Amino acid sequence: MYVAVKGGERAIENAHKLLAEKRRGNPDIPEIKTDQIREQLTLSVSRVMAEGSLYDPDLASLAIKQARGDLIEAVFLMRAYRTTLPRFGYSLPIDTGTMQISRRISATYKDLPGGQVLGPTFDYTHRLLDFTLTANGEEPLEAESSSEGVDNTMPRVLDDLLNHEGLIQQEERVSDESHEPVGDLTRQPLEFPADRDIRLQNLSRGDEGFILSLGYSTQRGYARNHAFVGEIRYGSVDVEIAPEELDFPIHLGEIDITECENVNQFKGSKTAPPQFTRGYGLTFGQNERKAIAMALVDRALRDKEMGEEVTSPAQDEEFVLSHSDNIEATGFVEHIKLPHYVDFQSELELVRKMRREQAEQHPQRAAE
Amino acid sequence: MAEAALTADQALRKQRMESLARSSKQELEPFWKEHGQDLPYSYLREPEIGLVMVRGRAGGTGQRFNLGEMTVTRCSVRLSDGTVGHGYVKGRDKRHAELAALFDARFVQDDSTAGFLDILNNRRKAERDNQSAKAAATKVDFYTMVRGED
Repeated sequence: MYVAVKGGERAIENAHKLLAEKRRGNPDIPEIKTDQIREQLTLSVSRVMAEGSLYDPDLASLAIKQARGDLIEAVFLMRAYRTTLPRFGYSLPIDTGTMQISRRISATYKDLPGGQVLGPTFDYTHRLLDFTLTANGEEPLEAESSSEGVDNTMPRVLDDLLNHEGLIQQEERVSDESHEPVGDLTRQPLEFPADRDIRLQNLSRGDEGFILSLGYSTQRGYARNHAFVGEIRYGSVDVEIAPEELDFPIHLGEIDITECENVNQFKGSKTAPPQFTRGYGLTFGQNERKAIAMALVDRALRDKEMGEEVTSPAQDEEFVLSHSDNIEATGFVEHIKLPHYVDFQSELELVRKMRREQAEQHPQRAAE
Repeated sequence: MAEAALTADQALRKQRMESLARSSKQELEPFWKEHGQDLPYSYLREPEIGLVMVRGRAGGTGQRFNLGEMTVTRCSVRLSDGTVGHGYVKGRDKRHAELAALFDARFVQDDSTAGFLDILNNRRKAERDNQSAKAAATKVDFYTMVRGED
């Protein structure tokens, strides 16, 4: 048990001053600006927005600066900030089929309508340190342009290509959605069994490392569903809201997102013909590793609806969903460093008492 | 959402509000000087920063779920003749939301003031085309190796 303690105010104040000095580093080096973080550390910004579950690149940049680059601490700052704001409402579901595409690849079809658009990717780089980046005065690079743009109406691999043959399960959708509730983890506590809406929200804001490791475990045999990446998309989508004061939906702006759709094996059952199954990943920003891993774990967590035996951690929704949130995790893991003096004092007393009792019962052992 | 049911007026207003939301405060301010400077107005709702929960669909097309929130700023104004305008913009720029609301009302008052939106729309289109052309340059061209003989 953690017991509140008093005192130490001056030490705390001085510790925070020291933290600020360490954050600044050598004052002879120019201070990093938040817009530099926003523009040049975009993948850190993406991660902080995804796990902070709050899309705002400026805020994420500030959080990264304030947290000295500790991304989980930055996520914590984002989560804390959002609690100070009112909720205006829910957006209409974004349409990733009309994304302004920066990247779109498929691992299942080589030649497909719209093509394989690599976009800004680390894939196929040699992972050699580029020392020219440490040199000052680097010339700004201009990317090549094609005479024609990307076709933003290109088909979706799973729905438009694979489904065409009926070879993949359909995503279910009720005919009238106006009365269908959508679970919201920011409004209600996690309960089990959790429906897919809650699972997807949880995974999207879950810790990248945790989701990555779980996804990896499914590939190594801890849940049998061999996955292919049917399609990855990264780009911007429009967000719309239907405010109560207007009788039509309006555009709010664009957000960058990454989407991954996996195709998984399924043998079929007595009633259903053999069919591929699906796993879905969607995150704020450019966040491909997370989106792929999320799609693997989403598929693994669909075990019950597929009638599969739960044998592995990634299939156990209580295990996955209860431990994916890095703010909850870091809060509980790190709190044991805070003063537990009274608690520990009683443990000390107890151990001493047990040792005394044992010595009285077995005096010869104590003598050895 | 019954989107098909929009009237022509609603569709036009929606389209114009979108142009305002896609622009920045810096872009809109000079046009306000030109078309609305010194117009008296009052707030129905002062500029206010808040959150909108963004929704996605499982598999892109299926069941809805809550992806995460985004910051949004909104504002509602009333011009002196009673015309009401609403502004909703991504991010935390209060003046941007205010300008969006002011123009939303101003366009109703005087349709001819909306002409400058073409400039902003063209700018957005150029930015999108430029991005899209750069992405298109990374499209993989598969080719089949041709054998040397016959």
